[in-house]
Amino acid sequence: MNVLETMSLAVRSLLRSKMRSFLTALGIIIGVGAVIAMVAIGDGARASVQKVFDAMGTNMLIVMSGSTNSGGARGGFGSQPTLTWDDLEAIRTQLPSVRAAAPEMRTNTQVFSEDQNWTTSVTGTTPDYFGVRGWSIATGRRFNEADVEAGAKVAVIGQTVVEKLYGAGFDPVGQVIRIKKTPFTIIGMTARKGQSPMGQDYDDSILVPATTFQRQLQSQSLGKYITGVLNVQADANAGTAKAQQDVTALLRERHRLAEDAPNDFDVRDLSELANSRQQSTETLSLLLASIAAVSLVVGGIGIMNIMLVSVTERTREIGVRVAVGARPRDILAQFLIEALTLALLGGLIGAAVGLGVARFLASQFQWPLLVRPDVIFIALGFSALVGVGFGLYPARKASQLDPIDALRYE
Amino acid sequence: MNGQLQQMPLIALRGVSKIYQTGDVEVAALRNVDFHVEPGDFVAIMGSSGSGKSTLMNILGCLDRPTSGQYFLDGQDVSRLDRNGLAIVRNRTLGFVFQSFNLLARTSALENVELPMLYAGVPARERKRRAREALERVGLGARLEHHPRQLSGGQQQRVAIARALVSQPRVILADEPTGNLDSRTSIEVMALFQELRHEGITLVLVTHEPDIASHAGRVVVVRDGRIISDKRQQPVPAEIPPLEEAVS
Ligand SMILES: Nc1ncnc2c1ncn2[C@@H]1O[C@H](COP(=O)(O)OP(=O)(O)OP(=O)(O)O)[C@@H](O)[C@H]1O
Ligand SMILES: [Mg+2]
Repeated sequence: MNVLETMSLAVRSLLRSKMRSFLTALGIIIGVGAVIAMVAIGDGARASVQKVFDAMGTNMLIVMSGSTNSGGARGGFGSQPTLTWDDLEAIRTQLPSVRAAAPEMRTNTQVFSEDQNWTTSVTGTTPDYFGVRGWSIATGRRFNEADVEAGAKVAVIGQTVVEKLYGAGFDPVGQVIRIKKTPFTIIGMTARKGQSPMGQDYDDSILVPATTFQRQLQSQSLGKYITGVLNVQADANAGTAKAQQDVTALLRERHRLAEDAPNDFDVRDLSELANSRQQSTETLSLLLASIAAVSLVVGGIGIMNIMLVSVTERTREIGVRVAVGARPRDILAQFLIEALTLALLGGLIGAAVGLGVARFLASQFQWPLLVRPDVIFIALGFSALVGVGFGLYPARKASQLDPIDALRYE
Repeated sequence: MNGQLQQMPLIALRGVSKIYQTGDVEVAALRNVDFHVEPGDFVAIMGSSGSGKSTLMNILGCLDRPTSGQYFLDGQDVSRLDRNGLAIVRNRTLGFVFQSFNLLARTSALENVELPMLYAGVPARERKRRAREALERVGLGARLEHHPRQLSGGQQQRVAIARALVSQPRVILADEPTGNLDSRTSIEVMALFQELRHEGITLVLVTHEPDIASHAGRVVVVRDGRIISDKRQQPVPAEIPPLEEAVS
């Protein structure tokens, strides 16, 4: 008897008791459905976390002024500027492990259009900043080196600010806004970025040239010091760890720190933060996947249970088949394929259910719907394995029945 | 006599015993039985209840193995075969008809008759054709799609006979095939057996009824696991009596 015939035999005998077959397969349905939904959810969550960190900028280091708290009298990082424009230039130009670096000086202030006002964060920086932070321009242009040299009163403005000052969908290029009484011409609007990992709105900000920022928006100028942090983008090949090392060494040398003196600055690796977030979503999806695996095993036990009942119930049938010439392996194949079919059908239904759930959740949480075909195949393969694994014992039992006993069985 | 000696017996039991062990009690269902059946024979086995007829038939049918002794079927020592070997012999050489029909429930007559060919690896189309022919042969050409539940006892037994003869076995073994049938249907079934016998199929059947045994060419009597008598006779043709006679 060939496999196809055995298959059709199995399907027919499963169809004879549809409700029971369905209930038997339910464990597998739930298991596979759970696996597929879980993995899709995990992937969706990871992708959305990834999106957030990509928005922050990739391979990012943040260099802050200030020292480790050795003296006690000194404040935390950033309280006392120690980083100079020359430091920035040195980091930018002398280190091969650094791709780009830009200052980030910030103030929160009210900005005015002709008839509206809005309190937002204004950042003074250099053109490198756009690349380091992964900002792209929706309309207009970014400011350039010439604007920085000249201390031009130009601004690149985020979409939330545009919404508040002019309303959504307005093209603000060419408009003039006042920041601390100074008029700035809007030369560009950034593309939407969304929220930072800490939940702050990236698009609620205005970028201006660093020089303009110092001259127009800072009450006191600190000359060669940068009153803010440096954003450093590590070269992707060198990696953030190497860049962190290099920046630290360079700054210690430039600041002439003694061997045992603590750093008067701090270099933080933002990719670590990203990794730890990523890890927690991975732990979560691992946990969910193991729950799903457990339910698959439970589903397998369900199949075994029902198959054992079925073998007992069909003892006479087995006897008849053996009497007319079925070999033990024919009976084994029949019941194995029945279990396999049950598990595979359950797996297919489960996959459909899982996809439905994943789609629903993705739309609820506004994640991208990520369905990996390999996961579906693995889940189906696993349910087939469960079917064969747990079907083996009942099928063996059936194939070892003695024909006389089987025919006499009531 | 000479001609018969040259002919190799189709079935040959040599010193066959079957001992059932139930707890501490041993029951000898067959004791040192020697038994031969020539090709084309029609043998009826009789004997009181518990004498060992079914045990003998199960061994002949390769459904069971003797505790000791040898069984040659068509020259092959089948007492040495494993489960697979026995399955092949049952499939190719033997056909079995049971008292309780033993058809698959919720399965059409056609599919029931196809069953042995399924395990013989006959292609589906040929299987269907031969199953239909076999059912037409036993007069059930109009009942191909009926399930056992939808058939009378006699019809069910005829489906079982069709199943037994469809793979063209050398021997058909029947353990009380008419035990569950009324006398009229029994005669129908016996007529069918006689027809098969004329086609050269060897038949061994167990019965309690001398009437049924009268249609056979040889009657063997078993008592206490031994063959106590073995006689040839002129078989009475199984003719279906007119209806009034059957009623009286
Ligand atoms: N599986 C078994 N286990 C133990 N003893 C058995 C078994 N099968 C048969 N026997 C015993 O073997 C003896 C012969 O039984 P068998 O079934 O061959 O009788 P039989 O001649 O077919 O009787 P009947 O006419 O009632 O069918 C009986 O004494 C019975 O109790
Ligand atoms: Mg009996």
